[in-house]
Amino acid sequence: MNRHFIQTLGHASMVACAAAVVAFLGLILFELVGQGSTVLSWEFLSAFPRKGMTEGGIFPAVFGTTLVTLVSTLFAAPLGIACAIYLQEYAADNFFTRLVRASIRNLAGVPSIVYGLFGLALFVQGMGLGASVLTSGLTLALLTLPSVITTTEEALRNVPRLTREGALALGATKWETIYTVVLPSAVPGILTGVILALSRAAGETAPILFTGVAFYTRYLPGSPFDEFMALPYHLYILSTQHHAIAEVRPLAYGTALVLLLLVLLLNMMAFVVRARYRRSA
Amino acid sequence: MLIRHFWDKFWEKTLAALALVAVLTLGGIFLLLLTNSWKAFSHISLSEFFSAAAWNPAAYETPTFGIGAMLWSTLLVTLGAMAIGVPLGLGTAAFMSELAPARLRNLLKPAVEMLAAVPSVVIGFLGIVLVGPFLARVFHLPNGLNALNGAILLAVMSLPTLVSIAEDAIHAVPKAYKEASYALGATRWETLLRVTLPSCRSGLIAAIMLGMGRAIGETMTVLMATGNATAMPNGFFDPVRTLTATVAIEMGETPQGTTHFYALFACALTLFVITLLINVAAERLAASYRKKGQ
Repeated sequence: MNRHFIQTLGHASMVACAAAVVAFLGLILFELVGQGSTVLSWEFLSAFPRKGMTEGGIFPAVFGTTLVTLVSTLFAAPLGIACAIYLQEYAADNFFTRLVRASIRNLAGVPSIVYGLFGLALFVQGMGLGASVLTSGLTLALLTLPSVITTTEEALRNVPRLTREGALALGATKWETIYTVVLPSAVPGILTGVILALSRAAGETAPILFTGVAFYTRYLPGSPFDEFMALPYHLYILSTQHHAIAEVRPLAYGTALVLLLLVLLLNMMAFVVRARYRRSA
Repeated sequence: MLIRHFWDKFWEKTLAALALVAVLTLGGIFLLLLTNSWKAFSHISLSEFFSAAAWNPAAYETPTFGIGAMLWSTLLVTLGAMAIGVPLGLGTAAFMSELAPARLRNLLKPAVEMLAAVPSVVIGFLGIVLVGPFLARVFHLPNGLNALNGAILLAVMSLPTLVSIAEDAIHAVPKAYKEASYALGATRWETLLRVTLPSCRSGLIAAIMLGMGRAIGETMTVLMATGNATAMPNGFFDPVRTLTATVAIEMGETPQGTTHFYALFACALTLFVITLLINVAAERLAASYRKKGQ
């Protein structure tokens, strides 16, 4: 065989790999949109489940996922941004900094179910917070913390050095420089990271399994110490644990589609914020 | 003047204290898993836990706590996922960084990111409704919920990690290496295969290991799509139950304070240690290629 023919074969196989990756995404979207859109309606989004979840909507799950995701961001965003500011602006290259960085890298690789167990052992048992919105929110906050830190650090790194030096030359202290000059110009980058963390938290199931998610609740959570329903867990129940699995399959498709759309919408928002920011920078 | 400098110091110290949270969380996870697992090992011997195949914690007479079958299941599903995902992921990464025109690359990147964003429970659902029936039809099985199903799904889930890290690694190869190869008369394909890929080998291995770490730790997908049998599997067509799935299924129904409860913490500790080792090793490899790239 001649070398150019082999090259053509090789390149064709690379194209095939990339095509397969795109095809996987296409297949996921096609299947869920095709099967799920038939049950999608305003009623599906705004009504409570009825008759043992065989009829009605998924409103409490949508509400619960939104709530717990916001609670997790309430903790993860300030903490993650603070960590990132320290690492990027203050930290010297010493043992403490290396330890913090190594911890963040390794936290990012900890399986989500392990976070769930940690939440159970620390917040439910150790601190007595019970299985609740707050406990799940805190657990998800720890899970998303590494990604908030990484993206915020990158946003801070992209602020030009001259901007900082200008402020310092005018007599500002380091903190004043960070607070009045560096942070405002890093906002879009930080926002991108926070939105992506929201999207990650909204789709996770394993960390909330033992920390507050409920199979079914009659009322919406009225306080941070109540249990809640969530979209990912609802989908898990409908597709594996329900007593009439075949009957609720359309509802499962609908739930999967709503969850996917929510997550993709958040990703799209992050993408738009990032694109605008790049253009203006 | 003084008060401004006070605030400057104040924030530096406060932020340092907050950064400590990352260290405390990682340490806290390890310590809580360890202390809870410890209580299990006063009833179960270490050798039984790691080598016995039978996991039968609810047995009335003599409950057994062996994770052998689960370790083997986890290994089977993960290796299967890598066998499918690694060629696809590396091929895509090489395509994106070496062959694709800029415009196509700018479309592929968001597609890979979107794939990464799909929640694992949604992938698991597709394993039940799409991959399962497909496998059952093709291989004439009663149902398609088995190790192969899990491997296919985990391959898809680890693709984004594989592709993005492998692409970074390939991208970091100095241009001079390739140009030298072209100058010697090598084709682009020969250059890719014999020069570019070998010179970023450590980065590619890091990508594979991080993809593997992702696959080992994945819970909902395998829980939903692999059939959940605690028996020792004989191959890819057998239903399996991984370490992650066992913890997810049983923790909710296990009374707190029992040996079973603590044994599940021991499963999670095992999982934590495995993924930690993989991540540390991958990070070392990645650091070595970054140095070379500069």
